[in-house]
Amino acid sequence: MLELEDVHTYYGTSHILQGLSFSVPERKCVALLGRNGAGKTTAIHSIAGLTPPRRGSIRFMEREIAGLRPHKIARLGVGLVPQGRRIFPSLTVEENLIITNRQSPDGAENWDLTKVYELFPALRERASNMGNELSGGEQQMLAIARALMTNPRFLLMDEPSEGLAPVIIERIGDVVLRLKEAGLSILVVEQNVSLACSVADEILIMNKGRIVWRGSPKELLADEPVQHKYLGV
Amino acid sequence: MDISFLVVQILTGLAYGMLLFMISVGLSVIFGLMGIVNLAHGVFFVVGAYLALSVLDMGANFLVALGVAMLAMALLGVMIERFLLFRSYGNELNQVLLTFGLAFVLADVIKMIWGARLQSLPTPAVLDFSVTLAGITFPTYRLAVVLVGCIVAVVLWYLETRTRTGAIIRAGVDDREMVSALGINITLVFAGVFAFGAALAGMGGVLGGPILGMYPDMGFDILVLSLIVVVLGGLGTWKGAFVGGILVGMVQIFGQAYFPSLSLVIVFLLMAVVLLIRPSGLFGRSHAT
Ligand SMILES: Nc1ncnc2c1ncn2[C@@H]1O[C@H](COP(=O)(O)OP(=O)(O)O)[C@@H](O)[C@H]1O
Ligand SMILES: [Mg+2]
Repeated sequence: MLELEDVHTYYGTSHILQGLSFSVPERKCVALLGRNGAGKTTAIHSIAGLTPPRRGSIRFMEREIAGLRPHKIARLGVGLVPQGRRIFPSLTVEENLIITNRQSPDGAENWDLTKVYELFPALRERASNMGNELSGGEQQMLAIARALMTNPRFLLMDEPSEGLAPVIIERIGDVVLRLKEAGLSILVVEQNVSLACSVADEILIMNKGRIVWRGSPKELLADEPVQHKYLGV
Repeated sequence: MDISFLVVQILTGLAYGMLLFMISVGLSVIFGLMGIVNLAHGVFFVVGAYLALSVLDMGANFLVALGVAMLAMALLGVMIERFLLFRSYGNELNQVLLTFGLAFVLADVIKMIWGARLQSLPTPAVLDFSVTLAGITFPTYRLAVVLVGCIVAVVLWYLETRTRTGAIIRAGVDDREMVSALGINITLVFAGVFAFGAALAGMGGVLGGPILGMYPDMGFDILVLSLIVVVLGGLGTWKGAFVGGILVGMVQIFGQAYFPSLSLVIVFLLMAVVLLIRPSGLFGRSHAT
């Protein structure tokens, strides 16, 4: 579904992604782990077109997307749940959702207001609140719901559990699994190893802009030296 | 002091404020959304007025002249944004040089086409009379300008709060990168906002024609005032431009009446005081997200 091959991304002269290669198969969830500063967000942004790679290839559904503008990539079916949620504070919850609403490219499961409110009933109660009046957990749900409204085939999630209470993290995990069941392919960046292992089919660990380890959640949980070396657990 | 003088001054200040509002809206929203200070924005005001002059000379009525000027300014705005400005996105110095240079070029073009002398638009005949109420004489045209300004404010309020496009623009002011990552073609939104802002500036110029007149370098004077309006009202909101415009308009008109040599100084003082109390302007949001 998504294949990165030898991707190099820079901020000015600093070389952040140094030959990143991995792939996410259709209807699978891949978790990308790594310490702060490893380049995870840069990887997500490279895929979404916010920091286009200088070299390398990013293919989405057999199509080269490296270098396309962000809205073009989004319209091909890539939904972004960004780090720090980035909810629009001067829009109501409902406006946050409807401005991006779009038919899916192939009409798999068509998300609309009713459906996202079913998935996140808390948002319906907050529909007319402003984006900046929500709790962290509600904001995260809104960020996921907002991405779903674009009816993506593929979801990029950047640290969805960051700063949230354990019960809410559990809830986010359930949602990820539910979305995978609904047919979405997902790349989730996480610092929370147990959440990543509970939702992902495959785990990738990144360090200094490259993949340094890959394996199943079971293998990672069994491999304490790796956890210690790359995740500081 | 004479009450009727006072009332007429207030009306004049309001009318002037509305003109400043029309010129400043585009400047403010364009800055909030795209991070661009368009120093050529003041020129839209002036070119609009001159264009209306030519259309009127061809025998058209005031409304037609207004419509033509607004359309032409929208077009000019889009062309400037699409073919020139977009090259400078992300580079403030280039933007300043480019738009400031453009303002000089356009001022010279005005001189070539319309000459350097001060001209003015005739007051539309239907409004060219005064109403006398309770012994006070109101110039009807100024009342009409105030009314039009209020209508523009209502239309902007509606667009901002009741339409999807308005919500997209607000979202763009919040976080334009995120808007584009969600599949919205932000460059199209930019072009639209630019056109709309330029058209409103042109409208201000035409409506101001019978009151303020126009001269080739007027764009610079009006730019300074509208920058004050924008800073005072807060970036990225039409409300700030509305309230800021009225405040600056009032202070300017009363300043000119009572302290003619200090009127601009008073406006700057007003801005300084507001910024001391509210650094992001009256309606501005602090951009600490
Ligand atoms: N806008 C930026 N400009 C310059 N350097 C950046 C920028 N954003 C991130 N970096 C640097 O890129 C590296 C990777 O950052 P990031 O992708 O955010 O890592 P992660 O998400 O894994 O914590 C870090 O060293 C960070 O300092
Ligand atoms: Mg990150």
